[in-house]
Amino acid sequence: MTKASDITVVTGTIGDDIHSLGITVIEHALRNVGFHVVKLGIQVSQEDYIKAAIETDAKAILVSSMSGHGRVLCQGFRDKCIEAGIPDVLLYVGGCLTTGDTPWDEIERYFLEDLKFNQVMPNTSLPGDVIEHLKDDLEVELNA
Amino acid sequence: MYLLIDFGSTYTKVLAVDVESETILGRAQAPTTVETSILEGLHHALEKLEIGGRKLTKEEIQSSKKLASSSAAGGLCVVAIGLVPDLTLEAARKAALGAGAKIIGSYSFEIDQETIEEIEETGCDMILLVGGTDGGNKTVIQHNAQMLAESKLSVPIIVAGNSKASSKCMQILKAGGKYAVQTENVLPELDKINVEPVRECIREIFMNRIVTAKGLDKAQDFIGKIAMPTPMATLNAAQLLADGINDVEEGIGELMVVEVGGATTNIHSVAKGESMGVNVMRKGLPEPYAKRTVEGDLGIRYNAATILDLVGPTRICRFMNPEYVASDTDVERYIRSLRANVEHTPENRIETEIDVAMAGNAVSIAVERHAGTIKSAWGLSGEIQVLQGKDLTRCKNVVGTGGVFAYNPYPERILEKALYDENNPMSLKPIHPRLYVDKDYMLYAMGLLSTVEPLAALHIEKKYLLQNEVDYKENIVND
Repeated sequence: MTKASDITVVTGTIGDDIHSLGITVIEHALRNVGFHVVKLGIQVSQEDYIKAAIETDAKAILVSSMSGHGRVLCQGFRDKCIEAGIPDVLLYVGGCLTTGDTPWDEIERYFLEDLKFNQVMPNTSLPGDVIEHLKDDLEVELNA
Repeated sequence: MYLLIDFGSTYTKVLAVDVESETILGRAQAPTTVETSILEGLHHALEKLEIGGRKLTKEEIQSSKKLASSSAAGGLCVVAIGLVPDLTLEAARKAALGAGAKIIGSYSFEIDQETIEEIEETGCDMILLVGGTDGGNKTVIQHNAQMLAESKLSVPIIVAGNSKASSKCMQILKAGGKYAVQTENVLPELDKINVEPVRECIREIFMNRIVTAKGLDKAQDFIGKIAMPTPMATLNAAQLLADGINDVEEGIGELMVVEVGGATTNIHSVAKGESMGVNVMRKGLPEPYAKRTVEGDLGIRYNAATILDLVGPTRICRFMNPEYVASDTDVERYIRSLRANVEHTPENRIETEIDVAMAGNAVSIAVERHAGTIKSAWGLSGEIQVLQGKDLTRCKNVVGTGGVFAYNPYPERILEKALYDENNPMSLKPIHPRLYVDKDYMLYAMGLLSTVEPLAALHIEKKYLLQNEVDYKENIVND
């Protein structure tokens, strides 16, 4: 089994979003269990996530979005990954992904089926949830 | 006595310095001679050199110590190959520029046969091969090493990419019969740029191999090895002046050097470039502490017409003293005549004013391209500032060097254009620095001297610059 320390993940808040608190907590938690985290900070464009993932050979891109615009900002993300030569990179998204009262089922379906993300998580998720998903999707062994 | 020599693209310059008394004894220059022997131009310059009202004897020249830099024979031309254009390729370009190189080709991702042919045609002196952060992508740099190994290229190749792929790349290149040198990754992490090892590597290869390849080694019996490319000498001088010498003597603090030449404008900044604000987030690649940028389209002789085309005659005239302004067409005609006449020096006040205006525009644009930018963004927690590049607003000193600063009577008006402009608040240029003029054209020479006599070099820099501090409160000098 691969060790978490051999896995690089890229993190950041997307588009116009500057809400850095949630993703900062998650970055901290990921480092604690051994992952190599490449932190891109706030207002990251799709292109910047992808460029960083290529250069660092990252296995997952973790997108945070609290602005309510996530649904629009993530459109075409997977296509660009395919175009850039990293079709299989894991795409996770979490936060307040829409404005208004769109049911969670519909948000989840939209991101997973239409946008081909691998995981979609509401803003009530805990860092442990993200770690569990990464552990399963990448079959990694975490640091004790 | 030291003779500090620069084989420039146009002129070979000599500066004589006495290290004991820390004084500049004299200086001279003569056109550079690459076609015949590089020594010819040097001897002409030495024949002109006067110290204390007399020429030097052969014995005096023989017995003095000599150090030299060169940007002759086209300078040091480097091709950079990286992975992602904005990331490792950009880091490689920054490192090569800091080593005084001219970047004549930049390639990213997997290169193909067509690209190899293009590189072969550039006639470059050196290739800088990078790609992948440490532990990051290996496949692309290895592919590119393979392509280079199979090419006809015979120039030195520096491998400065993913450390986990370096030895494999070296194997591939050596199996292809290439001269390759491995050094540390130029971008070990996305937020950590590491230019120093590449810079040093480039300098060594330049000194030991490139100089010979360009036929400049004929000078070596006479002057010893040519130590570095000229722009690196200037950047070294800037760093010494800013930082001083550890535990011995302090420098003058963070600074920016603007160097206006006939063909290019160089900006060197020795500054962290961090922002003090609380709500500032940094974006993009980190910047080298000692950073050089070169603008190949901004120079006041070879590229005078380029400046004119970039800003237009009206803006040239706006930078001139209104008492001496000429018509747009006259200004334009004069500027266009300079390319065929690159050794021309101003013959009247209007021509002097045009030089001030061209140099001022070159400085303004070059510093804008060198300095970082800031923009605002809003969120639930209020306003935040997004910084990209170097924040030079608090940079304490700005130094002007190059021919125009040594000879033009109004250097302060040129230097002013390097400063923060309220009409363009996003561009983070120095706000209230002290301004110094390198009247003695000695900065590059102190970069050379610093390799052997750093303390004397620092003292000479301070002595000759600080006495040439200029005031920028009076905008136009009326005579």
